[in-house]
Amino acid sequence: MRDGNALAGPLSDLFLPDPTTAWRLCPGCGTDAALAALHVYDQGPAAVARCPRCSEIAFRVARHPGQLWFDFGRGGALRFPAS
Amino acid sequence: MSDWRRAELRARTPESTTARTLHLTVDGWPGHLPGQHVDVRLTADDGYRAVRSYSLSAPADGDRIEISVQPAPFGEVSPYLAEDFPVGAGIEVKGPLGGWFVWKPERPGPVLLVAGGSGIAPLAAMLRARLDLGDAGPPFHLAYSLRDPGQRWFGALLDGIAEAEDPAVTAACLYTRTAPPGHPRPVGRITAADLDLPGFRPADGALAFVCGPTAFVEKAANLLVHLGHRPDRVRTERFG
Amino acid sequence: MATLTPGFHGHRRTRGDRLPPGQFRTEDFPVLSAGPTPEVPLDRWEFTLTTEDGEQHRWTWEQFQALPQQDVTTDLHCVTRWSKFDTRWRGVSLDTLLEGVATGARFALAECHGGYTTNLPLDDLRGGKAWIAHTYDGEPLAAEHGGPARLLVPHLYFWKSAKWISGITLGRTDRRGFWEQFGYHDYGDPWREQRTWND
Repeated sequence: MRDGNALAGPLSDLFLPDPTTAWRLCPGCGTDAALAALHVYDQGPAAVARCPRCSEIAFRVARHPGQLWFDFGRGGALRFPAS
Repeated sequence: MSDWRRAELRARTPESTTARTLHLTVDGWPGHLPGQHVDVRLTADDGYRAVRSYSLSAPADGDRIEISVQPAPFGEVSPYLAEDFPVGAGIEVKGPLGGWFVWKPERPGPVLLVAGGSGIAPLAAMLRARLDLGDAGPPFHLAYSLRDPGQRWFGALLDGIAEAEDPAVTAACLYTRTAPPGHPRPVGRITAADLDLPGFRPADGALAFVCGPTAFVEKAANLLVHLGHRPDRVRTERFG
Repeated sequence: MATLTPGFHGHRRTRGDRLPPGQFRTEDFPVLSAGPTPEVPLDRWEFTLTTEDGEQHRWTWEQFQALPQQDVTTDLHCVTRWSKFDTRWRGVSLDTLLEGVATGARFALAECHGGYTTNLPLDDLRGGKAWIAHTYDGEPLAAEHGGPARLLVPHLYFWKSAKWISGITLGRTDRRGFWEQFGYHDYGDPWREQRTWND
């Protein structure tokens, strides 16, 4: 298991600002966590990012030949720092 | 969107009997903050590619970066990088990456670094960036949990800190299995006493960075929160 | 033009009679998980087979252990490209569990503690090709490898061999599982390299 810090690279192809400093309020348990602090299971076929408290899926990301996949798991808004 | 940049190996230096620091020169490197990492991409001659993340273990220095690699048993990439990747040869890097596990040198306030094993790498970059500030920098303390003296990475950096005897920048090795003769701390896993230090308490506005294997990070971060540190002031990076 | 990394081969991807395309052989047993390892106490363990009509067949751990057991030695092929030869398992054949179950279903969805699912054609669970395994290499199956019990369908990519299995639901239509909804192949034959939807 790793954490959301490790996804800065894979997600840089999807998000213009660094997404690991964005925050997510878990719709399941109400935990507010930076994406960097999510628990990430990335030894399997794709990376699965989960709430560090209740393990609800925040999102999944995978690179298939010629395709980048992203799903929003059980949802939850992402809040990006902006000026 | 970050692009892949070509990086060339300048030199490889030992951190332990097996771990190596790779000194790379990166085309067009934009600089980085202490704590950030890179993704490294290797391409075999048949087109097969592998990507891994490595923390940058030194602060920005023009187009030069350092990563430190512990070869993993059965590893596909780390044994190659630590043992076989030839000086002068190229790989690709993407970065700098990550804005969360980062120390900004202009930030005032004490910093507590907590390393488990090879989790020392990004913290070494922070420590070096702090030393670069000289007397103007904030208090720093490193608590470095490691198995035995043979696993002590960045020996010259740590020896330099010990010899300087500057109360503003200190480092303690927490040996879990074997300590060198005369070491003041009994051998054992990290405890609250290793982290409950004057000048680095919640009331001092301390920011903590914890990096290491998952079980170590969970334990150290829990100790810090129990000591009263706000969870958002305990930044963690876990691997493996 | 990509930068070639001289002398880097990755894990040797050699073809052989026993090694499907794109795979390498490992002696290790990598632990692959999509989430935290669930704790499933044996006194609360239960396996439920649900037919397309909602009829349920249940086994407690004790009842499950009383069923005929089979020893299986087989090769494993993971979609992350490692293969492991001659792994030794013990468990209950799906043929045994499906005996006397009236069904016209063509598809099966394996369901697990922790929320993982995976879909397979029911035919691939029959004919001595699939087991619920509880013993690995002579020892109770470790939780990190799917214990107390996991599905073992070694002729398909190993993500089909669902860890921490709690039940199988049969259906007339195919319902995609955890990875299959995320672009991974519905069937997953390693010999035809059916990794993703486009394979």
